[in-house]
Amino acid sequence: MKKTYKIEVDCANCANEMEEAAKKTEGVKSASVNFMTLKMKVEFEDGADEKEVMARVLKNCKKVEDDCEIFFD
Amino acid sequence: MNKKQKNNLIRIIISALCLTVIAISSVEGVLRAALYLVPYFIVGYDILLKAVKGIKNRRPMDENFLMATATLGAFALAIWEEAEGGRGDFLEAVAVMLFYQIGEWFQSYAVGKSRKNISELMDIRPDYANIEVNGETQKVDPDDVEIGSTIVVLPGEKIPIDGVIVRGNSTLNTAALTGESLPQDVSAGGEVLSGAINLTSPIYVQTTKEFDESTASKILDIVENASSAKSRSENFIARFARVYTPVVVFSAVALFLLPPLFSMGVLNAPPEWSVWLYRALTFLVISCPCALVISIPLSFFAGLGGASKAGILIKGSNYLETLSNVKTVVMDKTGTLTKGAFDVDAVHPNKLLCEFLHKAGGKHIHEDNDALEHMKRDLLHLAAHVEKFSSHPIANSLREAYPDISDGCEVENIEEITGKGISAVVNGKKIYVGNEKLMADIGAKWQYCEREGAVIHIAVDNEYAGHIIIADVIKPTSKEAIAELSSIGINAVMLTGDMEKVAKKVAAELNIKEYKSELLPADKVSALEKILLKYKEEKYLNIENLIDRVKGRKSDAIHKVAFVGDGINDAPVLARADVGVAMGAMGSDAAIEAADVVLMDDNPLKIPLAINIAKKCMKIVKQNIYFAIGIKFLCLTLGAIGLANMWLAIFADVGVMIIAILNAMRALYAPRMA
Repeated sequence: MKKTYKIEVDCANCANEMEEAAKKTEGVKSASVNFMTLKMKVEFEDGADEKEVMARVLKNCKKVEDDCEIFFD
Repeated sequence: MNKKQKNNLIRIIISALCLTVIAISSVEGVLRAALYLVPYFIVGYDILLKAVKGIKNRRPMDENFLMATATLGAFALAIWEEAEGGRGDFLEAVAVMLFYQIGEWFQSYAVGKSRKNISELMDIRPDYANIEVNGETQKVDPDDVEIGSTIVVLPGEKIPIDGVIVRGNSTLNTAALTGESLPQDVSAGGEVLSGAINLTSPIYVQTTKEFDESTASKILDIVENASSAKSRSENFIARFARVYTPVVVFSAVALFLLPPLFSMGVLNAPPEWSVWLYRALTFLVISCPCALVISIPLSFFAGLGGASKAGILIKGSNYLETLSNVKTVVMDKTGTLTKGAFDVDAVHPNKLLCEFLHKAGGKHIHEDNDALEHMKRDLLHLAAHVEKFSSHPIANSLREAYPDISDGCEVENIEEITGKGISAVVNGKKIYVGNEKLMADIGAKWQYCEREGAVIHIAVDNEYAGHIIIADVIKPTSKEAIAELSSIGINAVMLTGDMEKVAKKVAAELNIKEYKSELLPADKVSALEKILLKYKEEKYLNIENLIDRVKGRKSDAIHKVAFVGDGINDAPVLARADVGVAMGAMGSDAAIEAADVVLMDDNPLKIPLAINIAKKCMKIVKQNIYFAIGIKFLCLTLGAIGLANMWLAIFADVGVMIIAILNAMRALYAPRMA
């Protein structure tokens, strides 16, 4: 399953770090952050619960860049 | 400017004012140090807070932490100097924080601005559709419009959904779709694509697709997902940024510790701790890779935006990169270099007879060009009239070549002669239009023609009148496109399923040296594979390939091969090429799916334009990489030997970023072609 989320982040390097953090999150198969369009594309592992995984992704991203936001419902 | 940017700007201004007042005032001693802290905290409190959070999260390489360390360190040095009885430089510490924030602010502003500009450029998303209910128009969400509904598009509005005009004539501006600024006339029965802007009068459109499946939505989808596929340059910079900061930080620590220990232990000289601490702190100021990291995606984003403005959709920055390395363009003939539709290519009237006909009609004909044109027109006139009611493709092309078909001439007794042609009585004369067999049957002395294509002979009252050649015609800009490609050193190869003699003629006319004819669709794939194989070993030494080599990976061939087709029947070839380009793809879903680059109209000149845009963008990317890294290393070197102070370091950092961002924005503008 692949999904795209809107994100908010100020610097390009932080976006790269968010991408790294998201990739290392459990339940995420691959992730890509596009700083220019402010979007995060996440491919989930089979059977992963989207909301749970995204909550973890946000937590990990906050660790590398406190001033970031990922919009998922 | 958003709220955050506004707040930060106000903080910067207040802090700068405070700083100026304190700097020119005559306060001395402890009070002076304390006063300097005021503008420092105003402008830098968020950095300090983030630095604390960074430590909590065990991230010592966090840029905020490094900036906080550098400025607080400079403060400490100044206090120490005051304590030693000297005069400490507090101004520097505050100024570094101030300029760092100015840089951050500018970056945020410039990126936000360009993000907005480029999205506006690509904004073809229609917000609503007008539906007529009980004679009144209502605005509805285009998502809710079902296939087959009739929508009204008023002048100045965007067509929201693909469809067919049922009522009304108008002129459309398709610039957002094709990059072509020439307005397009449409009338009832004509197909219209979403994203085009209606210019002159209201049209009623019956929708043929859902909103999600419409052209505008498809294009937006491509454009929005484009920069997710990252290029090697972007990955290189991301990798670089990950090692750059730690390396600089460790060098700073080494710079602070090693030289003083060396001079103490080995040279028995004074350690000069404060000098080396200052130099180490200068290093920290330069340790943030942000300037470098920001300009690369920005360049690609601008390049992709600039390309889509020109009607060229590139599906990712990796394809933009590949496109810039294309050295061979393999092209399909039909539909790419030629129109792919049969057109009247030549009209060869049998002169004597035409003259005779005209004299009989009371007109005097001179032996000049006008007269010849006249005869050609007459011949077309006859042929088109005989074929007036036929649905054969050849009849269509004849009628297209002679548009004044409804001129009141009488056409009677139309007779189809199967496998041979057609006959009819036009204005009282029996006219035969058909092949050689028909001419032989009626005893007309037909002439052999050397031109390629289907030859249509015409006889008037059993007398031979001339022939018309119908052929797939070369597009008017094909030759220019090939010349343009060869002027930038790109080799063009033509593949076609057509007969050898046709291929030879087209290749000769377009100056294409290499071509292959009589290929089945599957043969095209193997022909392309042969070409790919030929250039596979050609490599070139650049940073990326060097890294690949060091890591023992196989590096990519640098000679990239593009394939250009019209997207019909050539999806496998499009997929096999290093970069597949589909042209004239407006409305063709299969082509949009299969290709890496989509040319919105069918003008072959877009091929060299796309490559030029890619080359320009990559040039900007490289300039930014070399410039930013170069200045950083220069500053580090100067800082290490004590020639650069913190002022220079921060100015270089902010300056490089501003220049790199401005340079990146150049990618938005398509290069001019020779």
